[in-house]
Amino acid sequence: MSEPRKILLDFEGDRRDIHAYEQAGGYASLRTALGMEAGDVVAMVDTSGLRGRGGAGFPTGRKASFLPKGRTPAYLCVNADESEPGTFKDREIMLRNPHALIEGVLIMSYAMSATSAFIYIRGEYRTEFEVLKRALEEAHARGYVGRNVLGSGYDATVVLHRGAGAYICGEETALLTSLEGERGQPRSKPPFPAVAGLYAAPTLVNNVETLASIPYIVHMGGEAYAAIGTERSKGTRVFSLSGNVKRPGNYELPLTATLRDLIEGHGGGMPEGRTMKAIIPGGSSTPLLMPDQLDTGLDYESIAAAGSMAGSGAVVVIDDRTCMVQLALRVAEFYRHESCGKCTPCREGTKWGTDIVRRIEDGSARQGEVDLLLNVCDRILGKNLCPLGDAFAMPIASYVTHFRDEFQRHVDEGGCPFVAQSPIASLYHDTSGVPA
Amino acid sequence: MDPATAETLAGALETRPQMPAPLPPADAGAPLRDRILAAVALYPEPRSALIPALRLAQQEYGWLSTEAFEQVADATGFTPALCKSVASFYDMFRLHPAGQHEICVCTNISCALVGAGETLREFSRELGIEPGATTADGRFTLRTVECYGGCGWGPVVSVDERYHEPFGPDRVKPLLDELRGEAG
Repeated sequence: MSEPRKILLDFEGDRRDIHAYEQAGGYASLRTALGMEAGDVVAMVDTSGLRGRGGAGFPTGRKASFLPKGRTPAYLCVNADESEPGTFKDREIMLRNPHALIEGVLIMSYAMSATSAFIYIRGEYRTEFEVLKRALEEAHARGYVGRNVLGSGYDATVVLHRGAGAYICGEETALLTSLEGERGQPRSKPPFPAVAGLYAAPTLVNNVETLASIPYIVHMGGEAYAAIGTERSKGTRVFSLSGNVKRPGNYELPLTATLRDLIEGHGGGMPEGRTMKAIIPGGSSTPLLMPDQLDTGLDYESIAAAGSMAGSGAVVVIDDRTCMVQLALRVAEFYRHESCGKCTPCREGTKWGTDIVRRIEDGSARQGEVDLLLNVCDRILGKNLCPLGDAFAMPIASYVTHFRDEFQRHVDEGGCPFVAQSPIASLYHDTSGVPA
Repeated sequence: MDPATAETLAGALETRPQMPAPLPPADAGAPLRDRILAAVALYPEPRSALIPALRLAQQEYGWLSTEAFEQVADATGFTPALCKSVASFYDMFRLHPAGQHEICVCTNISCALVGAGETLREFSRELGIEPGATTADGRFTLRTVECYGGCGWGPVVSVDERYHEPFGPDRVKPLLDELRGEAG
């Protein structure tokens, strides 16, 4: 089993208190960075091989290097809108290690010469917002934020901004639109945020975990960080493990670890008496993997080669009792609810697709509707400005492909054969009188 | 609760980080208009303060009434219609009056796999209302919500924007008793 290699969560308890964080070496990396040329800091992040931990996995150093030099204003926006179902890692980082995020934000702000940084945190994370607010006040009092940071001549402004409940605002252009005070609808790219982002100024959008990794990269050096992990997936990653396992939670592992290490090693495996039916490897928008793929590496390339996506690092384990049609229905309903309505294939497809899954689940579907569902998915895929439509089409098509017999059985039998056993059934059926 | 789910919820209790005590609102005493203007001052463009302003107004009135929108519009300089069109996009803004306590049950996949449906049904039974409704005495609004980001520690229940995790059906009655026992 792969040993946990902890960087972001390498401590007992928490480091909310700035003194505890400083004692562990915190804010030393900010001093180091302020003594370097801004471009050398970006180069160091590039050397580390760090890739965006939000979902897309784009190399962080390269993303920063796309910003035009010397144009002001320029902004850093922190994506703390963690909303992909299954994902709860950024929340734990902010709760237990908020100064790592703030230090990372300050280092990146300096490296890209940002006028201001905005931390866009999802509105539901109220306690996490309060933790960050207190941490930011502490950092201000200690001279890490504000005018002339640590005597360097660099001025750092960090604004905490709470969202108000919209999954789509985790998509970077929607996040910027929302931060501008509008309905959070995505924009077409190009122009990319690096050229025309917040208020049409050059903007870098980075995820919480990505930025919180940067103080450690500056501390250990780009090469040392790049020595952890695989050829193309460097460093550690915090995996959010949930669903039917013995010990769900966040586990920080090097990117050489496998699904088996995470689920069986750290998560304790399946609860007593249960067997595994399927795995969602990267959040609810990613296609399923099957139990015989447990030895797949958790790095971006291995999961892609296995037919899915590493996504946000959210691994959801599904046990043998689960009705896959009900699970598909929950996923479908979610994306239908969150579709912003800007692009027709997504707006219409998520609605009609969800209606079909609901009919299959409740037994009112006609013969042929399983194929119709695949057809709808195909008509959504790749036809929208942002990936939300794909986030509906990819998993739903994979549920049908892997469990076609279950879908067909619902149609043939006129309803769900698994009401008595499926843990999701109680959302759709009154299961109180059903014998288990 | 079945034994497998009980085992998962016990594991979640071990891995969930401790949640700190809530902070009191810093400037709750100031007039709404002043608080909105303070939010506007944080941003390069005043429009960015619209969502913070709507939140402040909702805190003041309990929901976004016509009067609340007028207040936001007056303080920010945008029209009430624009304020309303923005508010209607976001799930956390209430366009109708709500109960004194808002109980949100996450029913997304990770919570559903560990019995969120049973927790929700227990709330429905105890309160005598369907999800989406408010009790006749105006004390409780029950809602289902999409992923709240507590997937490994689910089922997630949020009461007045504070998370309670993991929240099996056995915790429903004690919670309601506690809330009913509070003054007011």
